Amino acid sequence: MFTIAARELRSYFTSPLAWAILGVVQFILAIVFAYSTDLFLSIQEQLVSVPNAPGLTDIVVKSVLMWLSIIMLLITPLLTMRLISEERRSKTLALLLSSPVSMTSIILGKFLGLVTFFLIMLAMVLLMPLSLLFGGNLDMGQFLSGIIGAILFATLFIAIGLYISTLTANPTVAAISTFGVLIFLWIIGWIGNADGESSELFAYISITNHFDNLLRGLFHSTDVLYYVIFTALFLILSIHRLDAERIQ
Amino acid sequence: MSAETLISVQNLSRYYGPICAVNNISFEVKRGQILGFLGPNGAGKTTTMQVITGTLAPTIGQISVAGYDLLDYPLKAKAALGYLPEQPPLYKEMEVDEFLKFCARLHHIPNNEVKKAVDRAIDLCGLDNVQHRLIGNLSKGYQQRVGIAQAIIHSPAVVVLDEPTVGLDPIQIREIRNLIIDLGTEHSVILSTHILSEVQAVCNHVQIINKGQLILNDTIEGLYAKMQTTALKVAFLRPPAIDELINIEGIMRAEKGEDHYFYLQHMPNENPAEQLVKHAVAQNWGLVELTPQQQSLEEVFVELTRNDEFIRTVEGDLITKEAA
Repeated sequence: MFTIAARELRSYFTSPLAWAILGVVQFILAIVFAYSTDLFLSIQEQLVSVPNAPGLTDIVVKSVLMWLSIIMLLITPLLTMRLISEERRSKTLALLLSSPVSMTSIILGKFLGLVTFFLIMLAMVLLMPLSLLFGGNLDMGQFLSGIIGAILFATLFIAIGLYISTLTANPTVAAISTFGVLIFLWIIGWIGNADGESSELFAYISITNHFDNLLRGLFHSTDVLYYVIFTALFLILSIHRLDAERIQ
Repeated sequence: MSAETLISVQNLSRYYGPICAVNNISFEVKRGQILGFLGPNGAGKTTTMQVITGTLAPTIGQISVAGYDLLDYPLKAKAALGYLPEQPPLYKEMEVDEFLKFCARLHHIPNNEVKKAVDRAIDLCGLDNVQHRLIGNLSKGYQQRVGIAQAIIHSPAVVVLDEPTVGLDPIQIREIRNLIIDLGTEHSVILSTHILSEVQAVCNHVQIINKGQLILNDTIEGLYAKMQTTALKVAFLRPPAIDELINIEGIMRAEKGEDHYFYLQHMPNENPAEQLVKHAVAQNWGLVELTPQQQSLEEVFVELTRNDEFIRTVEGDLITKEAA
């Protein structure tokens, strides 16, 4: 399992892909960071007089992580599309299938490889808000809850992408479908937030609502469970899908 | 000889939807056997190999590798297998030694032995001078060798090679064949091919599969016996009448060829050569040439696969008659 994960991670860094993504993400989030820090400095004086005003963490960390999630929405399909479908296309899947490793290890290996890549990306991004510690104070509780939120959010994205990648031999199809599903889960929150009969369900399914809570520092077990359950669901589906392929 | 059975396939069938690719075949492979798997395109060679290696599940049937059932103990069975698919499964962005290290780990070779296993595979497959190059930049022949190296890296009990010598130059083909013969001494090897001379050069067992059915399962000696001469080609300076030749004991049919050549058919178990020579000397025919006509493997192959086709058309006829 870790062998597969390690190879997966290596393959990102031996191609320009990883570097391009890390560079672009860092660049865009740096602008967001600079802008929101600047914003905070400019309205700092007014905030003092407002009761319950948003703090440094609220303004800077929250916007950086929020933007990270938007970028994740765009790049996850590009990263996950290759996971299984590329292997299938270049016929390397046979190597994994004929090796003494279980389907579970193959899927989890792929998953962990990409999650590790994401953690590297997150660590680099978080260096920026952490630099604020030189001159100010961060609400560490909210900061931590935001990080956990971002990790859970990303793992769910990756699990969904991985599952869709097991469905097809064409990476482009996998990317577009993943993109569609992620956007759907994103915008369904809007319907949920509008008033209506079934809005509770929609609001629950939506990816963003749970992330919002965590960003605001509200650490509900419901939100965490949402991500854990859905991630597990898609991983299990992927394992079954890969297993079923031998039978069909 | 009571060599252990390394692969046993029982009543294997495999359907792709309504299409039957492999129809109820059973065979065994023992240690030390090099089994050549022959068949025309679309005969089910690759499907059978995929099923044996666990990349495809059988529709019906049971397979065990090195004593482990492939369904009940897939990991143990697969650990005893090395598989080179038709298209070598290579990560093009990796270096050769890096890739082989990955394969070694994938087969749970302990960390301290990985280097040794990789070096051995590189040495066996002659990859020394390309081991630090990217697989994607290698020629087809070298990629094929990396594929073979990958299949033997964990010294599996059974090596399954799907058309291993495709795309290699003649020298490489000879090297790979020697490698396969070496492997066959301790392991068992199954290789599929449509190059008949390859089977003659390498294998000690032959199977011919056509339209999903096993139509021949024999040792190479048995196959040679099937190819036994049943015809003689002779040439006389002063040729006799055909009737005189037919009257010689053991000759079933005689046919006149061009010039003074004659083709004589005889029963497989009685060779009329001796009688023929006696007659020729006694009657001064001037015998100048006497060659046994051997049926080539190609001919046996064509004959076996064509017979099957014939039966099928007859069956097809029956069905249409019933329908009408």
